[in-house]
Amino acid sequence: MLKTLCRKMMGKSCWVYHANSGGCNGCDIEVLNVLTPYYDAERFGVKLVASPRHADAMLCQGPALHSTAQALRRAYEAMPAPKVVIAVGSCATGGGPWFDGYAVMGGVDKVVPVDYWVPGCPPRPEAILHGVAVALGILGKAVAPRAPLTQPSFPFPRYQPCPEQGGQTVPPGAPSTPNPK
Amino acid sequence: MALTSKLKEAWIGIAAGKVTLPYPLAPHPPAAGFRGRPIFDASKCIGCGGCASNCPAREILIFDPCQELRVIHYLGRRCTSCGRCAEVCPEKAITMSEAFELATNSIADLEQRLTLFMGSCQRCGRCFPAPTPLDALKLTGYRIDDVEAGRWVFRSRPSAPGETTHDVDIEL
Repeated sequence: MLKTLCRKMMGKSCWVYHANSGGCNGCDIEVLNVLTPYYDAERFGVKLVASPRHADAMLCQGPALHSTAQALRRAYEAMPAPKVVIAVGSCATGGGPWFDGYAVMGGVDKVVPVDYWVPGCPPRPEAILHGVAVALGILGKAVAPRAPLTQPSFPFPRYQPCPEQGGQTVPPGAPSTPNPK
Repeated sequence: MALTSKLKEAWIGIAAGKVTLPYPLAPHPPAAGFRGRPIFDASKCIGCGGCASNCPAREILIFDPCQELRVIHYLGRRCTSCGRCAEVCPEKAITMSEAFELATNSIADLEQRLTLFMGSCQRCGRCFPAPTPLDALKLTGYRIDDVEAGRWVFRSRPSAPGETTHDVDIEL
C-alpha cells in the first residue's frame, strides 16, 4: 500500500536530481532554462534538489566516463525507490560524438538503468519538459518507430533472389563487396 | 519609504505580465531553421552512403545483404541533428524535420531502416566496377557494417602490393 501511495505521489511532485557525468554543460543550461519562469516546471511539481537522497528522478547529462561512472552509480544507488532515470542529451542517450574516445564508456545506460531517453544536442527546453511529462504520465510519447522503408522491388528472375526477398541467406562474415575485381 | 518600495516592487511584478509559456498544453513550434530529427526518404535515396561516411556520430550503418540490395540503418541514439547527412545528400533524400519531442521509453523508436534496390549490370548482374585502374586506386575501402550487432566495420584493401590495410571495427 505504501508502495502504491509512493507511486501515486511521485507523479504529483517529482523532485529531480541533476547529474552531469562529463557533459559539455550545454544540457545543464537547458535544464536550468526549464526551471525559469518561461518554462515553469514547478507547475507540475518538478523541483530541482541538490541531493540524490531527496530525489525521485535523475536527469543524467553527459556520457558515462571511466572516471565518473562509479560516482554516477553511487548517486543512483543513493536515490530512494521508486526511481526514474531520464537520459537527457545525445551524450547520455548514446555516448555523443566522442563515444569511442578512450575516456568514454558510452551512454549512461552502460552504468545505470535508463527509463526514458530525451535525445538532442542539446534538447530544447520544451523537449526536456516533454520528456519529464512523458515520464510522469502527463503526456504520451510523440515518436514511434517508422515502418521499414523499402523501394519497390524490381523483378529480376535471372539473378539469385535476395535473402530479404525469400532467397538464400548470405553468411554475415562474407558479404558481397562493392566493385569486385 | 518602505511602503513605496514595496509598491514599486509590486508594480514591476504586475507590469511584467505573464511570461510562462503554456508549452506542454499548447504546441510551441521552433524557430525557422531549427534542425530536428532527420527523415529519410527511400524513394529518393540512391544508396550512395555519403550520409554514413559523413556522420560525425557514426549513427548510420550500411550493409549489403546481397548484390542488389543495400540496407541503410539509422540508429538515432546519439544523433546531434547536425545536418551533415542532409547537406551531403546529392538527391535531397534526407530532410531535417522540426520534430523535437523525441522523448521515449524505448530507444529503438528512433531507428529508421531503408532497404534500397541498387542498380547493377543488366548482363552480368554485378555492380559496376571502376572504369579505369586509376579510379580503382582511389577505392581504398568499403563499409560492411554488422547491423545486427551494431558494429561499424570498415575494410580496406591494399592499393599497391605489400601495402598494409587499415581495417576499422568499432562497437557502437
